[in-house]
Amino acid sequence: MKVFRFSLLERLPPAWRRPLAVIGGAVGALWLVIAVACPLIAPHDPLAQDLPRLAGPGTAYWFGTDELGRDVLSRVLYGARVSIPLALLLVAMSLLIGGVLGACAGFFGRWIDETVMRIADLVFAFPTVILAMVVAAALGASLENAVLAVLVVAWPSYARVTRGLVVGLRTREFVLSGRLLGFSAWHSLRVDILPNVLGPLLVLATLDIGTATLLLSGLSFLGLGAKPPTAEWGAMVAAGTQQFDMWWIGVFPGLAILTVVLAFNFLGDALRDALDPVTARTLGAEKERVG
Amino acid sequence: MSPRWAPSRRVSGGGRLLARHPLARFLLRRTAVAVLLAFGVTLVTFVLTNVVPGDPAAANLGQRAIGDPAVVDQFRKQHGLDQPLPAQYVTYLGHLFQGDLGESQQTHQPVLTDLATAVPATLELAGAAIAVSLVIGVALGVVAALRRDRLTDQLLRVVSLLGVSVPTFWLALLAFYVFFYQLGVAPGSGRLAPGMAPPPYVTGLHTIDAALAGQWPVFWSAAGHLVLPALVLTAYTVGLLTRFTRSAVLDVLGQDYVRAARAKGLPGRTVLLQYVLRAALVPVVTIAGLAFGALLSGTVLVESIFAWPGLGAYAYRSATTLDLPAVMGVGLVVGIVYLTVNLAVDVLYGVIDPRVRVQ
Repeated sequence: MKVFRFSLLERLPPAWRRPLAVIGGAVGALWLVIAVACPLIAPHDPLAQDLPRLAGPGTAYWFGTDELGRDVLSRVLYGARVSIPLALLLVAMSLLIGGVLGACAGFFGRWIDETVMRIADLVFAFPTVILAMVVAAALGASLENAVLAVLVVAWPSYARVTRGLVVGLRTREFVLSGRLLGFSAWHSLRVDILPNVLGPLLVLATLDIGTATLLLSGLSFLGLGAKPPTAEWGAMVAAGTQQFDMWWIGVFPGLAILTVVLAFNFLGDALRDALDPVTARTLGAEKERVG
Repeated sequence: MSPRWAPSRRVSGGGRLLARHPLARFLLRRTAVAVLLAFGVTLVTFVLTNVVPGDPAAANLGQRAIGDPAVVDQFRKQHGLDQPLPAQYVTYLGHLFQGDLGESQQTHQPVLTDLATAVPATLELAGAAIAVSLVIGVALGVVAALRRDRLTDQLLRVVSLLGVSVPTFWLALLAFYVFFYQLGVAPGSGRLAPGMAPPPYVTGLHTIDAALAGQWPVFWSAAGHLVLPALVLTAYTVGLLTRFTRSAVLDVLGQDYVRAARAKGLPGRTVLLQYVLRAALVPVVTIAGLAFGALLSGTVLVESIFAWPGLGAYAYRSATTLDLPAVMGVGLVVGIVYLTVNLAVDVLYGVIDPRVRVQ
């Protein structure tokens, strides 16, 4: 063990000690800006089929054009408007649903606990993409139903984490003393429990934005999400598989998915490390499941 | 409260002894949970096939027949749709137990027949991928833990995060384009070279069947076709296993008995192999089961690109054509395979680590 290890790391300003978090934050922010400002940035209409077909990437069309004469760059930029808000919405909704159900299960126990957690177990009995695919196919192919399908597979991890944390908190002195002072269950959950579970849940949510993006684009790739004219990244990669030799059709939208997912995973990973090791570990186990 | 491992004073017979033994109790409990979950899996597919997509009569009879109430009533009676839902579920289960998963609207074959050819193809692919991922992922995870916070660890962190972030279907497309179309080093799509006859059916796994029959050219072709799709599938699981092995090894490195082993002067290699790795591998086994689920998910997205005639390609085709019986068949089979793998992992976990059983 080296005692006098000179640490360059500690001399850096805090943000630079976590270069991955900085990169992740920057790339994520860039994509948010693109999602908002794409009508100003995009060189062409993403849906207009008025360009030469299957032109390779070059000075005229940076990312080339697709089989219908649409500009791939513009479609990739507009794709941010589909995937990113939907991923954020999905994560917010699973956080809300999973968090509330998990908190009730952990706080009230008994039959509520049993019911919620057995349903969660049932969802965990399927690999995620398979269950999402089955649900999306049963509901009918559309972007809304794909979101619903991902929601079905996403909420249980929040329920599990919340329940675990709430069970640990429920019997702590400060919670019990609140109850003895006459706090209602609802008041106790809101005032004593919520602030203590929010941190870990937000980390899980950050990591989950990437997963949600992957799942949603995967469903669109399978033809169970966005309908054809929509500029959606997964559907664009699927179009690329039809034209193997025109690599740019599929490669650029895939790169867009990769950078978005990577950005949020970099952020989430750094946030997870910043949390105390114990919660970091339970969160880690929860995240590793998602496939 | 007496500890659960305390021997009972009233052991009267073998069966009782079995139920009292901690490992047996553990195995019984896990198996019971898995069986219950398997029923849950059938309930999910039942609800999704029979309740969600509107009226099955409308879906099966078509526009003209729907106008005639007599025909609709006849259809309902014939298929038991006039029965209450629980009764329908029992009928559905009865069909399942007879291997009747319905008929694929696309292949016009029983779904079970389709699955029987698709499942071995996927197991061969997923098996190869999980084996490679375990070797690479565990090795990288151990290296990352031993080099904690150094440059190697940071680089491996980026590599594993890349692995879990890359869209599998896109990586498959890229790999196929680069290694087959541009470089020509990988064989084309499918499981065998075009025109090559599959080996005599024993296990359904082409590599093993070919080796058993001594057909070496077939073996090499099958193995060659396996490489690229299997490697694409490993990206996610290697990332997963690297991260998890790293934290498992770090956990163990901090334990007192490891410090004691170091303090008494054991060589680093002995400490690592005999003290650290053995304990760290226990949680890694659990994650391997979960990684298998990720692989099964991955096959849905990868197989269609490599024209690998497995469960994934079948799921892709049936999902895109909204062939509901086929999709539900895949969901059911994959759910049950996944449950079985995780039951095996649980059991293995209990066998390796005695502490788990008494919890």
